[in-house]
Amino acid sequence: MDIVTVTGVFNETKNIKTIRFKWAGRSKPGQFAMVWIPEVDEVPMSISFSGEESGITVLDVGEATWALHNLKPGDRIGIKGPLGKGFSITGKDILAVGGGSGTAALALAVESAIAKGKKVRCALGAKTSGELLFKKRFTDMGADVRVATDDGSEGHHGFVTQLAEKLIAKKKPDLIIACGPERMLAALTEVAAQHKIGIQCSLERYMKCGIGLCGSCQCGRYTVCADGPVFTGGQLAEMADFGKWKRDPSGRKMHC
Amino acid sequence: MAELRTRIAGLEMENPTMLASGILGQTGESLFRIVREGGAGAVVTKSIGLEPREGHGSPCLLELDNGILNAMGLPNPGIDSFGEEMAVALKAGAPVIGSIFSDSPSNFAALARKMEGYGAAAVELNLSCPHAEKFGLDTGSDPAKVAEIVSAVKSAVKMPVFAKLSPMVPDITAIALAAEDAGCDAIVAINTMRAMKIDIDIGKPVLRNKVGGLSGRAIKPVGVRAVYEIAGRVKVPVIGAGGVYTGRDAVEYLMAGASAVQIGSAVRERGIGAFGIVSAEIAEFMKENKYKSLNEIIGLARGK
Repeated sequence: MDIVTVTGVFNETKNIKTIRFKWAGRSKPGQFAMVWIPEVDEVPMSISFSGEESGITVLDVGEATWALHNLKPGDRIGIKGPLGKGFSITGKDILAVGGGSGTAALALAVESAIAKGKKVRCALGAKTSGELLFKKRFTDMGADVRVATDDGSEGHHGFVTQLAEKLIAKKKPDLIIACGPERMLAALTEVAAQHKIGIQCSLERYMKCGIGLCGSCQCGRYTVCADGPVFTGGQLAEMADFGKWKRDPSGRKMHC
Repeated sequence: MAELRTRIAGLEMENPTMLASGILGQTGESLFRIVREGGAGAVVTKSIGLEPREGHGSPCLLELDNGILNAMGLPNPGIDSFGEEMAVALKAGAPVIGSIFSDSPSNFAALARKMEGYGAAAVELNLSCPHAEKFGLDTGSDPAKVAEIVSAVKSAVKMPVFAKLSPMVPDITAIALAAEDAGCDAIVAINTMRAMKIDIDIGKPVLRNKVGGLSGRAIKPVGVRAVYEIAGRVKVPVIGAGGVYTGRDAVEYLMAGASAVQIGSAVRERGIGAFGIVSAEIAEFMKENKYKSLNEIIGLARGK
């Protein structure tokens, strides 16, 4: 574990903040870190910024995320990572599909694909216009960004998967990368299979150890922390749990 | 390749490596994979109790220089949800040993009966978890309580009963003998040892539970000593655990008197394939040193 100093906390949307900290990122796109907030909790977070000042982008959903939102420059947190297997970007034309705060897991992949000269289109979804994450960041990077909102306040009125289908119909990408609610990912993998497009999805599961030992995040035969969190369409097709079942902290099955 | 097939307390194993309880082992598919992909001769489930239990808060696991410190706190889905996991695990074809924990002999017996009903090849009594109040070491450090639990379980089931012991007692052989006298079919030694990590930059213990159990390289000499002591006193097989990463580590436990070894922390460094790799390394050691059977090695250092 590395103890790092927070350098800044930035609002992304009304309930999502980015926490930047001094940690020379060797993170590959799609990897994550276990983030220790002393005396509060330790939680898995996608690494959304790399470099001298790495960062995580956090939706406030509970005690740990609230504590992260309330960090101040100079505060110290613990970082274990980078962990897991990230995206493996192949092909020239990439479609990145992000649902809600899941978009954070795509950020470094979008950044690196553009840096490598690939054409990147992004389909971002959220409940409402003000909750769309990284629309400006991805546009500034040079991606072609389209959005979908559940309430129709901006872009496509409806699911981001519908928007992704439209973009696929316009031009078939070489690869789809995605992160978001699991049922969205399950729907998207079906779309990808129908169109015979390769897909890689970053999954979220209740995690405890983060290094493939405790088994809390088991999904089918894989541990999400060590074998994932990014899985290929082929791997996802093997997982009977994908899109259907998660496990609670005791290991009991519950619906996604 | 040297013959690695072995039989322990009636369990037929392709090789003498087992998955240690607590590592993965919470779902049927993870157990299946450790046999089929990992090459384990047998697998031990996560410790299962009567009720679902979330375990301790996070951080609950830390990598240290010479081992792993955990305070998972016995998270488990409860015995009633575990039948479906066992059914999947059994399809792998290797013996599945159900690890159970409780705070009373009658509840241990009830858990064992359910494990037997689910098709477990044996049951392993967790008498040694060092970081869950009322459970594990709290009962496992008293020879009389251990005897009472083993007796209750033995009279409840027909399958072999293993007792997993803690090294954190003045005399581990006294506990092992109490378990054997009560009818235990094999002794597993050792579980993790109570330990702590303080982060000096933060100035606080890192584990949310503050105290956890240390596993891995740091405790191997303790495990080897415990096995050596126990194997000299009991007639039942001893299964060694604690810091087995390589075939040479496994052979060291065998020479101390263990009939098999359990592997846990090494999964972090060598992956799920650790069991097959360690088995191949044992075979290689045997070939290089012209040992034909595991029996020639087991207890060798004792000058049998």
